[in-house]
Amino acid sequence: MDLILFIIFAMFAVASALALIFQTHPVNSALSLIGVMVSLAVLYLLLGAEFIAAAQLVVYAGAIMVLFLFVIMLLNAGEERNPWKAPIMARLAAPVLLWLAACAVYVILGLPGYKSVSFGAFTAGGPKEIGMAIFTKYLLPFEVTSVLILIAIVGAMVLARKEID
Amino acid sequence: MELLGNFFVITLVKTGLVAFILLTTLAYLQWIERKVIAHVQARVGPYRVGPHGLLQPLADVVKLMTKEDLIPDHVNPFFYVLAPFMAVALALTNIAVIPFGPAIEIFGHKTNLGLADINIGVLLILAVSSLGVYGIALGGWASNNKYALMGGLRSSAQMISYELPMTLAIAAPLLLSNSLNLREIVDTQSGYVLGFIPNWNVFTGGQIFGFLLFMIAAFAETNRIPFDLPEAENELVAGFHTEYSSMKFAGFFMAEYANMITVCSVATLLFLGGWHSPVPSEAGSGIVAALIFFGAAAILFFHAMHAARPFDKITFPVFGLIFGALGAVFLAGAFVWPALGAALNGLFWYAAKTLALLFVFIWIRATLPRFRYDQLMRFAWLFMFPAALLNMLITALFVALKG
Repeated sequence: MDLILFIIFAMFAVASALALIFQTHPVNSALSLIGVMVSLAVLYLLLGAEFIAAAQLVVYAGAIMVLFLFVIMLLNAGEERNPWKAPIMARLAAPVLLWLAACAVYVILGLPGYKSVSFGAFTAGGPKEIGMAIFTKYLLPFEVTSVLILIAIVGAMVLARKEID
Repeated sequence: MELLGNFFVITLVKTGLVAFILLTTLAYLQWIERKVIAHVQARVGPYRVGPHGLLQPLADVVKLMTKEDLIPDHVNPFFYVLAPFMAVALALTNIAVIPFGPAIEIFGHKTNLGLADINIGVLLILAVSSLGVYGIALGGWASNNKYALMGGLRSSAQMISYELPMTLAIAAPLLLSNSLNLREIVDTQSGYVLGFIPNWNVFTGGQIFGFLLFMIAAFAETNRIPFDLPEAENELVAGFHTEYSSMKFAGFFMAEYANMITVCSVATLLFLGGWHSPVPSEAGSGIVAALIFFGAAAILFFHAMHAARPFDKITFPVFGLIFGALGAVFLAGAFVWPALGAALNGLFWYAAKTLALLFVFIWIRATLPRFRYDQLMRFAWLFMFPAALLNMLITALFVALKG
């Protein structure tokens, strides 16, 4: 059952990701990105990470993508013209892809205690466990990240204000 | 295998039942709304189809289904068709995690009144309702009409803005209950303080302020008056559903009412003690429901004897008999069969609280005028957000001091 669901949603995620790249209309691309995020949330759920799955839906699919869509609709962005004719992209794409793949392989193989996952093996993904981990073991990274986000918000305010004046 | 089979059969039966009851409630909620608003405005409301317009919802469904399903030339057909389906599907999904009553035992099977009992129930409701904005925003955009687009844009801005105070208002009772499971949250609200004050979050948890904030945000999230800017008919024709007809229009309508039922259920579960009775069982909570039904039956029989209209002589006694029979069932539950009584009373109080909140929604619609858009946004960010944050901080302090 888990495997069937995993295959369905993994295929849906990959198909949405491909659609995101090959669609020429920005609204179609934005909706494909929502498809990717929702199917990723289901994959998290299958692996036992309940809280991450819900946060993925609330934050990414629910809030950030609504803003994306809002901006696309507000600017009334039309179809992209000649999406495949950017010469720098055509030359850089293959090397960058290879480099990213190499990085991913290097990181995964270098992980301590690397072993493959199985469905239902991980059960510490609830809100309580995540909260304990964030506020005890990873308190400093968590606080530093929140300060970083606060700085980003203040920066965005300052930039926006300059344009209004 | 037998366990799995039982699970599937029970879940299928429960899903069918819940879907049937929910869709009937959706249809009749609209009848109730029209009747209540009519009486507030000193009219009689729907009256022609069936006794007191009771068959009006059926007539409406037939009308909507047989109307021409028009797809205008200038729309984006894929998203135009997708949008109402998304709205309905996401609105109905939320009902799956809402518990309606205590755990019961039927023919030796122990089962919960409610579909899915999951640990992140509250988070799932927030997640699915935050996705609900796509139905409206896409419908507005795909219609390729300036009024519809304005409605879609307004709704996305409004729903994002009010999601924040709503989530913060929800966080306070979660802190008190120390759980995200709706069933556990309701269980922590059982019992009575000083023997008569129900131990609900809104009373003993001190969440009266949080409850009001949640309800205000809920009005905005469901696009109801006074926050129905996305469909403001005097500025935007009909807002995001201007170009929709037939069942696609009905889809948006159903989504709005289903969302109302969801937010009222969540308010009941988080703040008003879910299915726990406001009267302690020592004071006879078992017979309160029976007394209410018998009272309704008595009023109906009295009016049947002094009928103002000829056919009231037939319809009032029929409904009086139905209410009387319901009262008898509750009485049997209280004295003969305690297991039945517990389940029925749970369902009764849950339904009574949810319907009372739905009545408030309708009442406000009949009373208040619409906000202006800048007032709406200023209210969200300058009052609702700080107030909800303060409410959560004070609750957190209270929980921390209590240990």
